[in-house]
Amino acid sequence: MLVDGIIFSDESLFATDESSKALEQVANVATLPGIVKASFAMPDIHWGYGFPIGGVAAVREEDGFISPGGVGFDISCGVRLLKTSMIASEIEPDLKSLMHELSRNIPKGLGRKGKISLNQSELEEVLDKGIEWARKRGFASKDETNRIEESGRLAGADPGAVSKRAFDRGASQLGTLGSGNHFLEVQEVTEIFDSASAKAFGIFKGQLMVMIHSGSRGLGHQVCTDYVKVMDGVVKRMGLTLPDRQLASAPIASPEGRNYYGAMAAAANYAMVNRGLLAFWAKESFESTFSATAKEMGIELLYDVSHNLAKFEEHVVDGKQMKLCVHRKGATRAFGPSLLPKDSPYKEIGQPVMIPGDMGRASYVLLGTEESEERAFSSTCHGAGRVMSRTQAKKSIGLDQLRKDLEERGVIVLAGQKSTLAEEAPGAYKDVDRVTLVCEGAGLSRRVAKLRPLGVIKG
Amino acid sequence: MESEKKESRPRPFEVIEHTADVGIIGYGGDLKEVFENTAIGMFSLITELNAVSKDLEIQVEVEAEDVEGLMVAWLNELIYLFETKGVLFKEFDILELSEEGLRAVARGEELNPIKHEIKTEIKAATYHMLKVESEKERLKSRVIFDV
Repeated sequence: MLVDGIIFSDESLFATDESSKALEQVANVATLPGIVKASFAMPDIHWGYGFPIGGVAAVREEDGFISPGGVGFDISCGVRLLKTSMIASEIEPDLKSLMHELSRNIPKGLGRKGKISLNQSELEEVLDKGIEWARKRGFASKDETNRIEESGRLAGADPGAVSKRAFDRGASQLGTLGSGNHFLEVQEVTEIFDSASAKAFGIFKGQLMVMIHSGSRGLGHQVCTDYVKVMDGVVKRMGLTLPDRQLASAPIASPEGRNYYGAMAAAANYAMVNRGLLAFWAKESFESTFSATAKEMGIELLYDVSHNLAKFEEHVVDGKQMKLCVHRKGATRAFGPSLLPKDSPYKEIGQPVMIPGDMGRASYVLLGTEESEERAFSSTCHGAGRVMSRTQAKKSIGLDQLRKDLEERGVIVLAGQKSTLAEEAPGAYKDVDRVTLVCEGAGLSRRVAKLRPLGVIKG
Repeated sequence: MESEKKESRPRPFEVIEHTADVGIIGYGGDLKEVFENTAIGMFSLITELNAVSKDLEIQVEVEAEDVEGLMVAWLNELIYLFETKGVLFKEFDILELSEEGLRAVARGEELNPIKHEIKTEIKAATYHMLKVESEKERLKSRVIFDV
């Protein structure tokens, strides 16, 4: 280990991690060449492949290594939150028809193709320009750009470093939700923890919100697959021994490292456009259900941020300003005011961080603070974190019990793949209340609002 | 977390648990059979294979630097073919196999949403905990998938 492993947790959360392989993975990440400060784990940490999920590692730009496994297969998987000016309790009679309209309008699940089909050069433009492409095509408005991480376009994207196979997988999947833990939820704000920040974000109790959780689909998965193989070759050539082959990495400055970064950034741009399209169709569904314009319903983007990404950022380490490549795998960037760009609408208070919980309980909006900079390179948790394997969840919870449970909680769930719905049952996850409380207690981020799911669209 | 059931009766494959993801242990009398059974195991995670016919045939060729890398490359190639051609595979014939390459025929049916339910979307086969090894008289693989 080149640096320490630091895990943010509390007694009860840690009890489920203690015996897990996730801790070993925190130690493994601490061997990544060029790593500084520590190999960090957020309170929602769980066993992944290579890196733990909930892992944060920053390496020096000049001599560090970049690892596709430190980003994950779903490059720029992330969350987009739309706010409305509507009161959740007032739309209750129309909730069912809204959910059915959303379900009809949002392509989801596997085997469902997107509603738009792009040729190679258009897809290259998506990968190069990100949300700028969506704006040009009328899928995003100008005022949205500064409400997206990196203004909706991650610099350094190189569509030329993306394989034909990745293009093949991504061509028909742009604007699709995907399956597994991805979702679109209609939510109600049930609790405000920090009224000044909530006010600055335009969040109030009882408000109707729309949360979208999706990523870069098959395109990103293939970019990761391709480059893990490439870097596996680099590791072999350099004669390195890794504690886990999935930790394959290459010097950032090497052709392989540069190509991976270019391809990863391109996949991130695809992911941001993907969430943008899903949001556009969600807005359309609101308009047709309520026979009103998005503007009349006050539908606006709060923020879009990813939780699987490696990025070049400047941070202070041991009192020294350093250029770093920060890997966040299942961890969210939580910038305080000083790190946000000048044109950010959140420059005064810090960045909103959206934490999707599970479909029965709750999700959160947190705030990036100056203090989070001092903890783990301005990173916080990304979700509740799994405690139960998928098979275990299906066996011990079961579809019928889940249905009953969600019905009692008053949550409408529309799922493409019913047989695996139980894998995502609330009991399969850690308690998101506790996870976010630990984040606040540790100074990683501050709680602003809690949101309750009313309706869920699953792949 | 991980539970590898020990049984005396030879089975083509077993599903292993992993907190976020899922894995397959494939068995076989020889290396070809291990590659075939691991692939069947992977597609059994994706869909109910009893509902899949084998009318369609696709040739597959893969290369890698070693036998374990070849297993990952083989499974990732099948995921790629499934996603881009929409074919669910249920039967595999490995025609040629060395440590660095294989040539095979995969048979299955085009995905039909009315007939087939997709149980799990598999993003990729990973190198995490990857093994292809001999165990008693048979060979065995272990692959963790990102789902």
